[in-house]
Amino acid sequence: MKKYISFFRLRLVTGLQYRTAALAGMATQFFWGFMEIMVFHAFYEADPAAYPMTMEATASYVWLQQALLAFFGAWMFEGEIFDIINNGNLAYELCRPIHIYDMWFARSIALRLSRAALRCIPILTVAAFLPKGYGLELPASAQAFFWFIVSLSLGLLVMISLNMLVYVASLFTISGDGLKILFCSVVEVLSGQIIPLPFFPEHVQRILELNPFASTGNVPFRIYSGNLSGQQMYRAILVQFIWLIVLNVVGRMIGARGERRAVVQGG
Amino acid sequence: MKKKTSGLKLYLHYLAVVVKSAMQYKASFFMMAFGQFMVSFSVLIGVYYMFQRFSNVKGFTYSEVLLCFSIMLMEFTLAEIWARGFDTFPSMIRQGTFDRVLLRPRSEVLQVLGSKFELVRIGKVLQAIVMFVYGMTHVEVHWTAAKILTVVFMLIGGVGLFTGLFMIYAALSFFTLEGLEFMNMFTDGAREYGKYPFGVYGKRMLQITTFVIPYALVQYYPLLYLLDRTENDGFIFLPLLALWFLIPSYALWRYGVRKYQSSGS
Repeated sequence: MKKYISFFRLRLVTGLQYRTAALAGMATQFFWGFMEIMVFHAFYEADPAAYPMTMEATASYVWLQQALLAFFGAWMFEGEIFDIINNGNLAYELCRPIHIYDMWFARSIALRLSRAALRCIPILTVAAFLPKGYGLELPASAQAFFWFIVSLSLGLLVMISLNMLVYVASLFTISGDGLKILFCSVVEVLSGQIIPLPFFPEHVQRILELNPFASTGNVPFRIYSGNLSGQQMYRAILVQFIWLIVLNVVGRMIGARGERRAVVQGG
Repeated sequence: MKKKTSGLKLYLHYLAVVVKSAMQYKASFFMMAFGQFMVSFSVLIGVYYMFQRFSNVKGFTYSEVLLCFSIMLMEFTLAEIWARGFDTFPSMIRQGTFDRVLLRPRSEVLQVLGSKFELVRIGKVLQAIVMFVYGMTHVEVHWTAAKILTVVFMLIGGVGLFTGLFMIYAALSFFTLEGLEFMNMFTDGAREYGKYPFGVYGKRMLQITTFVIPYALVQYYPLLYLLDRTENDGFIFLPLLALWFLIPSYALWRYGVRKYQSSGS
């Protein structure tokens, strides 16, 4: 366990070095967040009655999504992992007295945490000062905030477990590019990143909420604003937990098989 | 004149080489193409479900937004296909391969354009075409010669505008040596948000997209003409006005080339 933790710390410190990139990223995310909110406002004006969430909750959702993009952005893979599969350095990785699944997992947590750490506080702070309906609201209640944190952590782990599936599948296909791009487009729709899940028609939403991708950002962001509470909230967190276990069991199984038959490329 | 035709021939030759090399990895190629197709398709899904709930946005209906989205996507995709070399240009700088380009007796812009032609984008193109045809046929527009001309101008202006943006992205890397992530919001971001007419984003945004980076000239205003929201025939030619953007872009590129100091090994 200790070696994974020290590896995690190493990657975290490395990730924290990219400050200019973080600054540029923040500017981009502000812009995206702003545009997104303007669209939602335009639709709100068209027909407030048809609006499935309050405008304030939608704005909070958008800002949380932008600030925590590093947690749930589908395209955020560790490029190096694909590289070592592709160029044969996987051999070294397999020689080490570590489990590659666990190490890649630790590495992914570090990557996402370090990216988010640099970006989320400034974005959230500024967003909090924007006018009502455009900015980030306070959490619905202290209790909601507590469950938000719980669900956020679970969501991050689910997201990484999903990434892990792509990594271990690449052990079979060698080139991860095709898998990666397919994965991204699926995630964006099914996890409510394109439009929040409540905006889908009710019967579609009911099915979508059970998919593993919906167990990422969708749940914590909606708990935060109080859109998801009580019985429904507990159920959603339970679903997150179940997916976390299922995905990891499956991922490890595929990983173990892949390791056994991995072909080392290059030389 | 002779130089021009041989320049085109060289560009086509570049393409042939790239196509051949892509076909060496067929499985990966088809998966990527399908993935590319899915990426813009997912945006469409979002728009579709929003309009299942709301009948219009700032007076634009679903089919009108679809027309807007499809034209914007087509402009972007065409520009991306042919100007993709600019997109990967930062790595060319970093690895020092741009030095070789400078040594050859051909225009450096041409060589950069030809250096990267990604066939996998066929998925995107296919999607853009499907969307385009769908958008054009499903909107209740009474098509006249003037309107078709407007669409053609929109495509020309849009491709020019995006090419200019790609060129700026590449030119900036002369100074920073790496690609700047924030430029994405002007290219990918514009395609993404250009799915709705820029009037939707409020007055301030419309001013910026008219006078600073002229997206609205290739999207919002001509769209108003297509949808009979304006009688002003001058709107037909507005998209061509967006081509002014190529001037500062090219100037910046020239400036970069002149300032260029080699890097890499």
